Amino acid sequence: MLAERPVTPSTLSRKDLPWQIKWDINTCTKCGRCTSVCPVNAIELGVFRKRDVKPPMGLSAKPTAEFSTFYGIRQRTDPAYACIGCAMCNMVCPNNAIEPTRQYDSTTLQFQSNRGGQPRTRGGRRNNAESLLDQIKFIRISMLTDPALDAGRHEFDVRTLLGRVLSPEAEITCHRDHGWKPPVREIYPLVIGGMSFGALSPNMWEGLQMGVAYLNEEMNMPVRICTGEGGCPPRLLRSRFLKYVILQIASGYFGWDEIIHAIPEMKEDPCAIEIKYGQGAKPGDGGLLMWYKVNKLIAAIRGVPAGVSLPSPPTHQTKYSIEEAVAKMIQSMSMAWGFRVPVYPKISASSTSLAVLNNLVRNPYAAGLALDGEDGGTGAAYNVSMNHMGHPIASNLRDCYKALCVAGAQNEIPLIAGGGIGKHGNLAANAAALIMLGASMVQIGKYVMQAGAGCLGSEKDRCNVCNIGVCPKGITSQDPRLYRRLDPEKVAERVVDFYLSFDTELRKVIAPLGRSTSLPVGMSDALGISDKDAAERLDIKYVI
Amino acid sequence: MCRLFALTSRDPVSPMRAVDALNVMKEGHDGSGVGLFLSGLGGPWEELKEYPILSGIFTDAGLARMSEYMTRNGFQSKYSATFKPDVEPPVGTPKRGTYASIAFRIPDEWKGMTQAQVDSNLVQMRLDLRAMGEEKGDIMVFSFWPDTIMIKEVGDPLTIAGYLRLDREELYARHILAQGRQNTNYAINLYACHPFFLEGISTMTNGENTAFVPIREYLTSRGVTGYRGYQSDSEVFTHIAHYTTKRLGLDIRAYKHIITPMNDDEMRDHPDREFLADLKRSCRKLIIDGPNCVIGCLPDGSMFMAQDRKKFRPGVVGGNPELGIYGFSSEICGLNAAIPERDKTKDFQPMHLDTAIVGPDCREVQQCSQNDPLRLQL
Repeated sequence: MLAERPVTPSTLSRKDLPWQIKWDINTCTKCGRCTSVCPVNAIELGVFRKRDVKPPMGLSAKPTAEFSTFYGIRQRTDPAYACIGCAMCNMVCPNNAIEPTRQYDSTTLQFQSNRGGQPRTRGGRRNNAESLLDQIKFIRISMLTDPALDAGRHEFDVRTLLGRVLSPEAEITCHRDHGWKPPVREIYPLVIGGMSFGALSPNMWEGLQMGVAYLNEEMNMPVRICTGEGGCPPRLLRSRFLKYVILQIASGYFGWDEIIHAIPEMKEDPCAIEIKYGQGAKPGDGGLLMWYKVNKLIAAIRGVPAGVSLPSPPTHQTKYSIEEAVAKMIQSMSMAWGFRVPVYPKISASSTSLAVLNNLVRNPYAAGLALDGEDGGTGAAYNVSMNHMGHPIASNLRDCYKALCVAGAQNEIPLIAGGGIGKHGNLAANAAALIMLGASMVQIGKYVMQAGAGCLGSEKDRCNVCNIGVCPKGITSQDPRLYRRLDPEKVAERVVDFYLSFDTELRKVIAPLGRSTSLPVGMSDALGISDKDAAERLDIKYVI
Repeated sequence: MCRLFALTSRDPVSPMRAVDALNVMKEGHDGSGVGLFLSGLGGPWEELKEYPILSGIFTDAGLARMSEYMTRNGFQSKYSATFKPDVEPPVGTPKRGTYASIAFRIPDEWKGMTQAQVDSNLVQMRLDLRAMGEEKGDIMVFSFWPDTIMIKEVGDPLTIAGYLRLDREELYARHILAQGRQNTNYAINLYACHPFFLEGISTMTNGENTAFVPIREYLTSRGVTGYRGYQSDSEVFTHIAHYTTKRLGLDIRAYKHIITPMNDDEMRDHPDREFLADLKRSCRKLIIDGPNCVIGCLPDGSMFMAQDRKKFRPGVVGGNPELGIYGFSSEICGLNAAIPERDKTKDFQPMHLDTAIVGPDCREVQQCSQNDPLRLQL
């Protein structure tokens, strides 16, 4: 550091940054790809001056100093440009001459990243490495005296129901009297949760839709994908693939004009309608699509001007209360599709979950309840929201399922759990644990981006710039220069791959428990955990 | 794997015939317990068809407490067949007291009640007595129902039969369910011993019910008084049969559609596809996910056997229509021992879609397939 360089409270040295660039002068070809690809401009081309002292032989001659300049890579220490550890520089470097490394004892950036009175916002992860779901073990291994199940060879029925299921008594009465039956969809229990067209790049969206269509039409897996808020491309609305899509309506109602206008031209009904009241990752915050991502296409689909930030209010502003909102919205959405489409709300897992559920149990048109736990979410949110707000999914889901058991409605209102599933890659085990705690199906978002599109984000504050449109892999960017990096065909291929591997793994979990012909919803006797308090709270076995 | 044997006969027969069959089927590790369900009773019970019979085991104090409870509820004892062993029990069998089957006269106040109310009250009284017994350990009650006796004990079936003198004429019955071996998957407890009974319906099972907890939770939330206890994972089978026939008003052919519904391919061409798909959805929580073989007896004396597709070693049904006797057995050797004088070519091993039913007339084995039209009674 130069002696005259000002040292202010926000001055950082490289040592203070959590991610540091290691650059090797000997192998660098100075091609410049790393600096051009860096999404946050953390590195720049640098000109370095070097003094080389040459002592001559003998005693009389004085040493001389030679000055040389050379070119290389310099990491910026301005907090606004701190390296996010995405390692795109390494990915494009022909010689592996550069890479970011994590320095775990650097905490200084935390104190500096909120500048100009603005706390830090970020897209992505909660940055909490713990996962209760990963601690759960499946302990009720079936010692069958008749043929044991074999996950690879036995016949399985891994499907679940989305929609209100009548009680057996009501079903028989309804059949006898030819009454109205609520629509029910038989779907795969792993749903791709709401990530909007707007949040995701067109290539990512196309890849996901193609993957889902392939799974349905070629692999016989009725996988469903939720659109998230922000509408749906008009062509998809008018295509036969709409039946694989759950349309989401949220508090900003973005894109709903388009959807409503397309109803007369829809060839197929959508799989379901999800009314978003809350998200686990930013409970109480509305969604925010920052202006960086509102390009012409997004603006057109959402019916808004381009280049302005699009905040969704945290709640549906036209509604008086959650009870009223749930009832009215479900009613009107059901009506829009002639009561042929299941309609269900999605709420942040919270202390009001039980109250909402109670209303749904008494509402004949309610098709389910999606609970979103704190660990979900990829949208923009303040650090403090993402890290400290919200309810973990496991206990909330368990409470809701037990409330359904008391009401005798546990086969009637499906619970959809999301938030932190597969956070550390254990997708099938996490999903199976939630199903056995009472979820009829689970939804994932982050995992799809990580496994399906190579998202670099991690729970160690790596990358997490989904919100500002600079996604280095082109997953959450609306900038064609970035999203053309992502090949939709490859995304579709990866989505199919991980669904198939999930399917095998799920069977590997449920087969040893002796289940194959029905999903083990609520099979809590199979679960154990070595945390006594957690075991008590979840009402599962305590094992050590 | 438990050994199961059931007999249905036009004329009352000794339960020893079933116990002997269990003994023939026995393997080295068997013999941890025995349970008997007897209905269509013969002998002295012929004249007492209307009177509910309380079956259980009582200590002297328990007997007194039970009598006091019954008297308080206006019940008078009409006839009793009690047995108090005067010899030391076999090794491993506790000394319990009196094994009693007592027929009671229903109080006059009950005369105006509907049959459903009477039934429900009888169940409630059984549950009350059971709860009283669980407090002090002096009363165990297995059934309280007309024309029904249940006996359960820990130990080798044949040894227990000798100890309890099960060849007594007062135990002759037309419909007998017998199971050898105690409950495997949960704690040893006489209430966990098969067969199980509720309002005239009794079933017994061998296999493993991996879906026990969700099914139990579902049944207990149905608001039916008798759906409780659940000391064994198989107890739910009885209650599902009860739920199917009494609550849903379907007949026993629909039972298998509930516990093991057909898959989509099988259902595709079924004439009742729409109803079956809806039934599968609404009763999804009652799918058993075996392997299980279920043998049961209904209030009218019909007996049935069903098993799921995971059961690779199915049971067998066979008998002699002229003699009017049919057996349901988990092993063929048991059937051979109990009814040797039958046409063995007519033995029927129900496969995963089949339910075998023998009516109270004991003339034939009805073979119902899930592929058949259901001819629902809606």
